[in-house]
Amino acid sequence: MTQLILLGPAREAAGTGRDEVPGETVGEILDAAAERYGTEFARVLARSQVWVNSEPASRDSRVGPQDEVSVLPPVSGGCAEEPSVRSSIA
Amino acid sequence: MEVSTGRDWVALSDEPLVPDALSSWAVRPDCGAVVTFSGTARNSSSVPHEILALEYETSTDLALGRMSQVVALARTRWPDLGAVVVHHRVVRVDVGESAVVVAVSAPHRDSAFLAARFCIDALKKTVPMWKREVWSGGAAWSEQCEDLVDPAQL
Repeated sequence: MTQLILLGPAREAAGTGRDEVPGETVGEILDAAAERYGTEFARVLARSQVWVNSEPASRDSRVGPQDEVSVLPPVSGGCAEEPSVRSSIA
Repeated sequence: MEVSTGRDWVALSDEPLVPDALSSWAVRPDCGAVVTFSGTARNSSSVPHEILALEYETSTDLALGRMSQVVALARTRWPDLGAVVVHHRVVRVDVGESAVVVAVSAPHRDSAFLAARFCIDALKKTVPMWKREVWSGGAAWSEQCEDLVDPAQL
């Protein structure tokens, strides 16, 4: 089964950094992941890039058990948007 | 977690970065200039808290691949470069410590300055790296609003 790699905010929203997800295309895997992890993950996913191994890929890219599909949310940079507090250290 | 060719040294480290040591590594007998940039964790951001530390998270393979691409691009644009060092610290970086160091040597200063500036700017835009800001009692992902850019588009 294809390995799904979740990074940064996507890892936090999913609650895991690595998982095995069924599907023959990137789109099928992402849909299965969104169903598995819920709405917060789906929200992060909608803003993210998806790579297969080390290259950006599209939803119709075909993948096999040897492939790694990585979800990469936007990275930090100059932006007026306030970051949201998603966790706290008590 | 590093790639070194003798002329280039790209690395991710969970140990403190030492800019002076990396700058020294970049010294070459045929180079009259070494430009070293150190990006340090600062105590302020857009959140109303005093930041204590930054926590960096990445995929080692993906980050090293992109960092190596950035160095290769710099060498294409400034063929006379001597050594190029790009190190990024991961996991926790306390305020005042270096989170990223770029050191570039060249026969003359123009290429060294320009290439070092290119490398740190390209690093920020192309390398998958996420940053959490940590303060007393909380933490949050830093502003995330820029899609990763393909180095070929720079």
